[in-house]
Amino acid sequence: MADGSISCEVAVVGGGPAGLAAACTAAESGRRVVLLDESPWLGGQIWRGEQNAAAHPHASAWFARFDRSGAKVLARSTVISSPAPGSLLAEQDGEGFQVKWDRLILATGARELFLPFPGWTLPGVMGPGGLQSLIKNGWPVSGQRVVVAGSGPLLLAVADTLRKHGANVRMIAEQASWSSVIRFGLGLAAHTSKLLQAALLKLRLLGIQNRYGAWPVSAEGKDRIQMVTLTDGAETWKLDCDLLACGFGLVPNLELAMALGCELKDGFVRVNDLQATSIPNVFCAGEPTGIGGADCALVEGQIAGYASAEFKAQAERLFAKRRSWHTFRTALAEAFALRPVLKNLATNETIICRCEDVSLGRLRQCTHWREAKLHSRCGMGACQGRVCGAAAKFILGWEPESIRPPVLPARVGSLISSRSEKSGGHFR
Amino acid sequence: MSEAFDIVIAGAGIVGAACARECAAGGLKVLVLDQGPVGGGTTGAGMGHLVVMDDSEAQFSLTSYSRSLWHQLAPELPPDVEYEQCGTLWVAADDEEMSEVSRKQEHYAQRGVRVEVLDGAAVAKAEPNLRAGLRGGLRVPEDAVLYPPCAARFLLDRAREQGAVVRTGLSVTQLLPEGGVVLADDSRISAGISVNATGPWSPGLNPGLPVRKRKGHLVITDRYPAFVHHQIVELGYLKSAHAVSQDSVAFNIQPRKNGQLLIGSSRQFDAEGTEVNQGILDRMLKRALEYLPSLRALSAIRVWTGHRAATPDKLPLIGPSYSSNRIWLASGHEGLGITTSLGTGRLLADMLLNRKSAIPPDPYLPGRFAP
Amino acid sequence: MNNAVQITINGRPVSVPAGIVVAAALARSGTIQFRSSITGQPRGPLCGMGICMECRATINGQTNCRSCLIVCEEGMEIRTYG
Repeated sequence: MADGSISCEVAVVGGGPAGLAAACTAAESGRRVVLLDESPWLGGQIWRGEQNAAAHPHASAWFARFDRSGAKVLARSTVISSPAPGSLLAEQDGEGFQVKWDRLILATGARELFLPFPGWTLPGVMGPGGLQSLIKNGWPVSGQRVVVAGSGPLLLAVADTLRKHGANVRMIAEQASWSSVIRFGLGLAAHTSKLLQAALLKLRLLGIQNRYGAWPVSAEGKDRIQMVTLTDGAETWKLDCDLLACGFGLVPNLELAMALGCELKDGFVRVNDLQATSIPNVFCAGEPTGIGGADCALVEGQIAGYASAEFKAQAERLFAKRRSWHTFRTALAEAFALRPVLKNLATNETIICRCEDVSLGRLRQCTHWREAKLHSRCGMGACQGRVCGAAAKFILGWEPESIRPPVLPARVGSLISSRSEKSGGHFR
Repeated sequence: MSEAFDIVIAGAGIVGAACARECAAGGLKVLVLDQGPVGGGTTGAGMGHLVVMDDSEAQFSLTSYSRSLWHQLAPELPPDVEYEQCGTLWVAADDEEMSEVSRKQEHYAQRGVRVEVLDGAAVAKAEPNLRAGLRGGLRVPEDAVLYPPCAARFLLDRAREQGAVVRTGLSVTQLLPEGGVVLADDSRISAGISVNATGPWSPGLNPGLPVRKRKGHLVITDRYPAFVHHQIVELGYLKSAHAVSQDSVAFNIQPRKNGQLLIGSSRQFDAEGTEVNQGILDRMLKRALEYLPSLRALSAIRVWTGHRAATPDKLPLIGPSYSSNRIWLASGHEGLGITTSLGTGRLLADMLLNRKSAIPPDPYLPGRFAP
Repeated sequence: MNNAVQITINGRPVSVPAGIVVAAALARSGTIQFRSSITGQPRGPLCGMGICMECRATINGQTNCRSCLIVCEEGMEIRTYG
């Protein structure tokens, strides 16, 4: 459009499984769909790299379907804010632009939960999902000694990726107990359960140690990680390593939903049967509505896409499938629930806010999140409280409050919505 | 009635904190109350610019006096207050603004405030990121900047050392004409005098008070040390602050000690909500880019709003209210609350303790608005 | 990844496989410390997906770029904050 804005009937934010599925069904239902994603590729986190080198036939089928759907993609496009109903402000390659929509589907996914412990800020300590994504995008791990720790099925997947790229995976330390994980595995659909068992067997055969009920207590090294200390509550042991892939499950990316005023329930975006949020014409699917994994996200995304196009009957046909994935979702949360002792890993000297170097001791002088932000500057840095906020919530029980725009850092120029040169200035 | 204090101050912002410090230092038994954290209101939303302003003789007097109090206090301020005497640079875009520079220079110099006139070349040298072609500017080297919430906390720490009590998380719902306050749970705290230092919310405790909310927007960037060296303000800022009816924007940028840049400013009446107004934000940033074109590519982390407490004559209310001599006011500081907090605290304490003030307190007495 | 791409890292010319992200190029050049924290502690990528802001580098003169989300391009000039 002449004023630099883009207009569509359905805007989808996020190109992971939920967003792809939503874009497909909305476009197939005849709507003009635009999908925005921050990264240069589609697939979100879980299908990173699948577009080019498809390891999962599932994923490539969805990519193909998306290509056929007629939905338009805006890659490298970060949504900044919602300046007015029906309008999003976004930034691509450092330039701002507006997206005008009739219906909006939020598929902003999840990020890893990083729990602080002494040494967690050393270079080489990364999220397992993060390291996996980086490996798929060229990060070298061949010959490197890696310890994988934290919680969730993702740890096994990452260990497998690491192994395939030549890393020496010294250990996988899952904080959930062996019995929790087994119960979860047995509860999976037969074929999935078998896949899990096969994966565990493969790891054993390769000599990768798999410990349950174990977690890291400290990372050490000069300028980068060189050693990690782990414990199972009874004994502790140290492992030399070059990388520590440590993450404790996933937390939803709620920021855009909150910026739009969507109501939350139990820490997730509240949606009805049709994946509609509390804000008219705004839908949400995938991890922001509950951490359920790719298959859950696909079903929810499809429903949201049909619902946005008012194809209710098609949406309703997927309700049963969604119900079974929601059962899985609940089992997942129960199996990998985080043990309270993880709250005590950080000492008063441990940095909680990495952007402003605020320690836990400094935070303990405050009584709530807002006070901490104002007085210690925790959460006021570039990550906008994403990393420290999740940690403070887990350790101190502090709830985050309303968010301020931009939803992600953006160029000053991109915060401006209108292109007209009113002040007689000389900018574009 | 439980407990008894000489003074109960509603509002733990920087003005309430300054009053608490002065009153406690003067031997009075002080209680400070706030529903939120220290400095969580207007104090936490604003820029933290310590500036001498000459909208009126009385404003000049109060800002100049207060600034000198900040200079005295500066060596004692802890690092998290981020006090920096970076100076203000008022920039002139044309001849009309340049003659305003000359007028200000005379005015300030006559009153003993150090200033320097800079021509276009000198302005460009002082601030290389400013656009070419500015006519010149006025440098006020002894103006400074700081981080207000921590400054408020510091002042309250000083007050506590002198026996003051501070309780946050408690909302004051009424100021009693016989002295004291009523809290949200209907409990009462008695005091000789209660002080309304709640800024833009002060009419809530003093119905009919001529204080209006005046909304502002700010943007903070990531760290860009040495992008600018002074707090830079366009001379049109004064027109914006003067205006009583229109929404206005004026270019104003502050380098924080940690290298982040604070970009402002905007003023709106009848905008009670805290949501970001995109139209105003657009105007404000476009204005900023006219002066600092390379600001465009810097990374912005957050946009927020706040409300100033504005009075009809742009002077604060300091002293006994006109409804009761046991209800006092320390409110209505518009965009100068951080600067004039110390002067306010001193004047208030002077009145309470029957001391002679260093500057005449008359222009700020609430009685001037008595119906 | 068929072609190589020529970039510079902190002034040094480097050849990297086409399609990799800037963060990976930095790691391949031997550094996993991309920046320093406000108190001078060494920092490198944490989340790999653009939310932690620890992977930021200056790319072609543009500061604060999330290097985990940007693909290397021919002639790109990358600078880390050390």
